[in-house]
Amino acid sequence: MYKIAKENLSALFRKIAESQELYLPIENCGQVNYGVWTEDANVNIDILKTVKSPKDAFFPQSENLYTCVKEDKKISIKAEQLKEQDFVVFGMKACDIQGVEVLDKVFLSEPVDSFYKARREHGVIVAMACGEPEETCFCKVFGIDPADPKADVATWIIDGELFWKPLTDKGEALTDAVKDVFAEDSSADAKVEAKKEEINKITEQLPYMKLSLEGWNGDSLDEKFNSPVWEELYKPCLACGTCTFVCPTCQCYDIKDYDTGHGVQRYRCWDSCMYSDFTMMAHGNNRNSQMQRYRQRFMHKLVYFPANNDGMYSCVGCGRCVEKCPQSLNIVKVIKAFENQGGEKA
Amino acid sequence: MQELIARAKELLADGTVARVLGWKAGDLPYNPEPAYFEKEEDFKDFVYNSFCGANLSKFMIEASKLEGKTLVCLKPCDTYSFNQLLSEHRVDRDKAYIVGVGCKGKLDIEKIKKQGIKGIKSISGAEISDEADTLTIDTIYGEKTCAFSDAMLERCHVCKGKEHKIYDEIIGESKETKDAERFAEVERIEAMSPEEKFAFFRKELSKCIRCNACRNVCPACSCRKCVFDSTKFDSSQKANVDSFEEKMFHIIRAFHVAGRCTDCGECSRVCPQGIPLHLFNRKFIKEIDELYGEYQAGETVVEKGPLTSYTFDDVEPGIVAERG
Repeated sequence: MYKIAKENLSALFRKIAESQELYLPIENCGQVNYGVWTEDANVNIDILKTVKSPKDAFFPQSENLYTCVKEDKKISIKAEQLKEQDFVVFGMKACDIQGVEVLDKVFLSEPVDSFYKARREHGVIVAMACGEPEETCFCKVFGIDPADPKADVATWIIDGELFWKPLTDKGEALTDAVKDVFAEDSSADAKVEAKKEEINKITEQLPYMKLSLEGWNGDSLDEKFNSPVWEELYKPCLACGTCTFVCPTCQCYDIKDYDTGHGVQRYRCWDSCMYSDFTMMAHGNNRNSQMQRYRQRFMHKLVYFPANNDGMYSCVGCGRCVEKCPQSLNIVKVIKAFENQGGEKA
Repeated sequence: MQELIARAKELLADGTVARVLGWKAGDLPYNPEPAYFEKEEDFKDFVYNSFCGANLSKFMIEASKLEGKTLVCLKPCDTYSFNQLLSEHRVDRDKAYIVGVGCKGKLDIEKIKKQGIKGIKSISGAEISDEADTLTIDTIYGEKTCAFSDAMLERCHVCKGKEHKIYDEIIGESKETKDAERFAEVERIEAMSPEEKFAFFRKELSKCIRCNACRNVCPACSCRKCVFDSTKFDSSQKANVDSFEEKMFHIIRAFHVAGRCTDCGECSRVCPQGIPLHLFNRKFIKEIDELYGEYQAGETVVEKGPLTSYTFDDVEPGIVAERG
């Protein structure tokens, strides 16, 4: 295992950025989100959760698919290039890494999404253990270990030093390229083990970590769908897209045309099942009330997705929706409401 | 809070109101949500504390369509929004029983967390009855304290006053929380050069994720269908295609609510990216004050506001007037 002092991390970032793009948490006007590292970027690796999840690195909020350009009577079509250069995403937490695995199920199964696949192939994930998990975290509910993230490289911050452990071939290759900036530490394993134990002790005290998902699976579709509980739960919902846009697993997108004046840019952008035009078709919309839209989001994460993906939930317990919903609604409250009322018919 | 609950139950029992619109306790010490209460037993979850920042006025648009009256709990600043909605014929006065609830400032959990306070187990000092000006926060990392005013929402620092502008009855005392000048921040931006102003707003708005929370929470944004939700509009309502679009949405919205915005501050409260959206609206309010005389939207129910009436003596601001 390797290590580097926290105050020397910019040397590591500079070294990585010499050969490839580096995404990491950057503070801008008081908020921390993943962005591309530059020499003057205000890097913040102490943050537990960025506002948006790092899924943008693989599935950007909006991306061009192709461009049509009109010259006189001739129309030419230019396809968007797929990602061809390697890049590094630094500091991803265990929940967000599982978020990417959820996206893999969607975009890497047939028909494969070539834009996403290219980014996954070229992306190297450097994970970071969660030093101080918070009361909004519930990753353990989904079998995620915040103390021991699994990616191309795993890192831990212990007493002002970052410990670095490559776990895959991609991780080894990255390590080889940057190891000049590292020192070796023979007692590192013991330090990391102690840190993991410390993190686990914190996790045990967090209120959401023991949430029960009993009854949430593909078989409970009818019972959950028809429950009168939704009618009560959705009422304060503003129908904004905050929960979906900060979520590491929400994967729905829309495809739209943007009139550039002398052509058309066909792009795709994240969509939100909270929005009134979500899955709008020629005949209209198949979910025409906010209750139905609200129900869709949770049914998808806790019932439809596991039904189609060997029981894998499409929630990873990052707790961003818990923190960011303007009306304090969230998936935890939904799970608890069903726990209390059993989803029984009134 | 007990007085409020008792009165609400009484009005429900005697049939004066069919439902009560207030707040329901959450599962964390700081996350109550707006909720309806229809039965006596529902009130076990009723809460009214300093985390009940949500302005319930806009819910009355839908509640006005329901059978019977709705008892709605409005804080002093929320009553301005209700009056404005009345002026715009969006809510029905006869369908509302307004209980003006006392307020001593509302808290912003983000401001508490920004101070490095995390792993929160409980918070004391946030109850309406609490007199302390310090919050004591029990966390898994030990006990922390935070001054109440340091955790207050921006809007409370420029509070419009403790007077309810419309109500049927008032329950609870309110406290003046104003400790800053309402237009100070606007003046600071006005003093910038055009380049600095552009850089300031570009930087702030570059964080926008187009979640539309600011629009959806805004009591002045009560169009049945927003222009940005039109499938025929040559723009996207859910992504900023380029950096022009991320500014356009907010600037159009600010123009659209100009003269009607009461400065309730909900837009800035709900923004997940902490964009100070209220600054746009406040700039318009300042301009209106200067050009048409001091005007506070929602102070009273009005037929016409400064931007919706015309008088011969109206000012002619802008470059044409300056040229003469």
